[in-house]
Amino acid sequence: MKHPLWRVCVFIAALLPPPFWLYQAWTFALGPDPGKVLLERLGQGALLLLLLTLCLTPLQRATHWSGWALVRRQLGLWCFAYACLHLTAYLVFVLGLDFAQLGDELRKRPYILVGVLAWCALLPLALTSNRFSMRRLGRRWKHLHRLAYAALGLALLHMLWVVRSDIGQWLLYCAWALLLLALRLPGVGRRIGRRAGGTP
Amino acid sequence: MLIQIPPRSHCPPSEITPESVYLSRRRFLGAGAVALGAAALPAWASAETTRYAGVEPGRPPAWFTGKLPDTRWQAVEAPGEALTPYQDASHYNNFYEFGPDKGDPAANAGQLPTEPWTVRIDGEVGKPGQYGLEELVRPHALEERIYRLRCVEAWSMVIPWLGFPLGDLLRRAEPTGNAKYVAFETLVDPEHMPGQRSRFALLDWPYREGLRLDEAMHPLTLLAVGMYGRVLPNQNGAPLRLVVPWKYGFKSIKSIVRISLTERQPFTSWQNRAPGEYGFYANVNPSVDHPRWTQKRERRLPNSLFSPNLRDTVMFNGYAEEVAGLYAGMDLSKDY
Repeated sequence: MKHPLWRVCVFIAALLPPPFWLYQAWTFALGPDPGKVLLERLGQGALLLLLLTLCLTPLQRATHWSGWALVRRQLGLWCFAYACLHLTAYLVFVLGLDFAQLGDELRKRPYILVGVLAWCALLPLALTSNRFSMRRLGRRWKHLHRLAYAALGLALLHMLWVVRSDIGQWLLYCAWALLLLALRLPGVGRRIGRRAGGTP
Repeated sequence: MLIQIPPRSHCPPSEITPESVYLSRRRFLGAGAVALGAAALPAWASAETTRYAGVEPGRPPAWFTGKLPDTRWQAVEAPGEALTPYQDASHYNNFYEFGPDKGDPAANAGQLPTEPWTVRIDGEVGKPGQYGLEELVRPHALEERIYRLRCVEAWSMVIPWLGFPLGDLLRRAEPTGNAKYVAFETLVDPEHMPGQRSRFALLDWPYREGLRLDEAMHPLTLLAVGMYGRVLPNQNGAPLRLVVPWKYGFKSIKSIVRISLTERQPFTSWQNRAPGEYGFYANVNPSVDHPRWTQKRERRLPNSLFSPNLRDTVMFNGYAEEVAGLYAGMDLSKDY
């Protein structure tokens, strides 16, 4: 296994925030509505992890360091884990586990539907992240995993709908996402690789 | 929030002097003054902060402290409701002039100068003018009213306000026969209000709100100058704010500098921002959902991870008996 220390560090860095937030909630450091804070942090965490995951390929092209690609699956799975916790936090803290109300919410509130769709886009990626599926799906695996872009777009739309008074943070995430997509335009990514002195 | 754009004025929480520390200097000066017999004002002794646990006295102006002995405590109670602790009511706020996050107002509002403060009263009134806050409040005895506060974001608190009925003040201004509505404006002070300097804010400043005249004259409608037995903390809308307990919190405009009586329904900030989401009336109504979240239920704060404290929202926030008559014959699903 190459770069074991790097992989363990990424693992720990991604693992630590949720237990730390729980500890903060436990000690009343999250204020009077800790469930809501937890919900928002998990959602933003999932978005951040998705953006980081999508950074790895361009970084690999630019720097030719093999460590980037080695943590791609791991970060993608962390993104899905955060998304699952985010969904759970919504069901527990906002919906109060009132599943009869869930159908109503999905029907009436597009941002919740869009959030669920984003989660649904991540689900098959998580399920097929193992080596067996990669081998089994062959070329189709790559096509399937382009769903990550759909998840990113849906997650951003989901967040836009939640913004109430100040759109600065959302614009920051959005600019980041657009940059990542621009790097994937045909030709752009390869040029970066060439400039860094490697063979594309 | 994971990614933050700190406003230029942002100072880290570690640099903030605790209220008790900077007050100790004032107490010291105050004690000296008393010792000299110069001003025997028992200002801090009588700030009535002992009524509620964990309340810091703030910097009460003399006119406020002078009113406390004649205050009618618990003039309106909220039977069966547990008060929200002061710490929560003063550190979980929507006051977008000070930033978009719930903790921003408490972190950023400390430097707002609230003295001297003038309020302009104009429009359809017999006695328009600029009034100093002290002058404005002087004729009114303060009373304490424990009200439920229901935010449009589906959380709620129970807060003991100190103030006087808005109707009493409006009567003194002598509304003309043309007056049908009351419009309110919050201070514009980008120097002290970082939210007003943000280039990404979705609201237009000044923040504006309004009531129909009969709503404004309703005895439940309060102009507050204090809460929890003390002067209003800046983040809660010092030195003068509105409290309309049967409407969503955003109607209860903070740090008021202008009150205008008008013939036409006034511009209101959230209604202008998103008319499909926020109406002019904004009465608490569990049967009219906000498009982005349900209004059927609310989270009573503080809550915890193990008890989200969800409860059913009640029509007019539980004040239907008093205010339902104001809306007789109206379709509240249209006039939301």
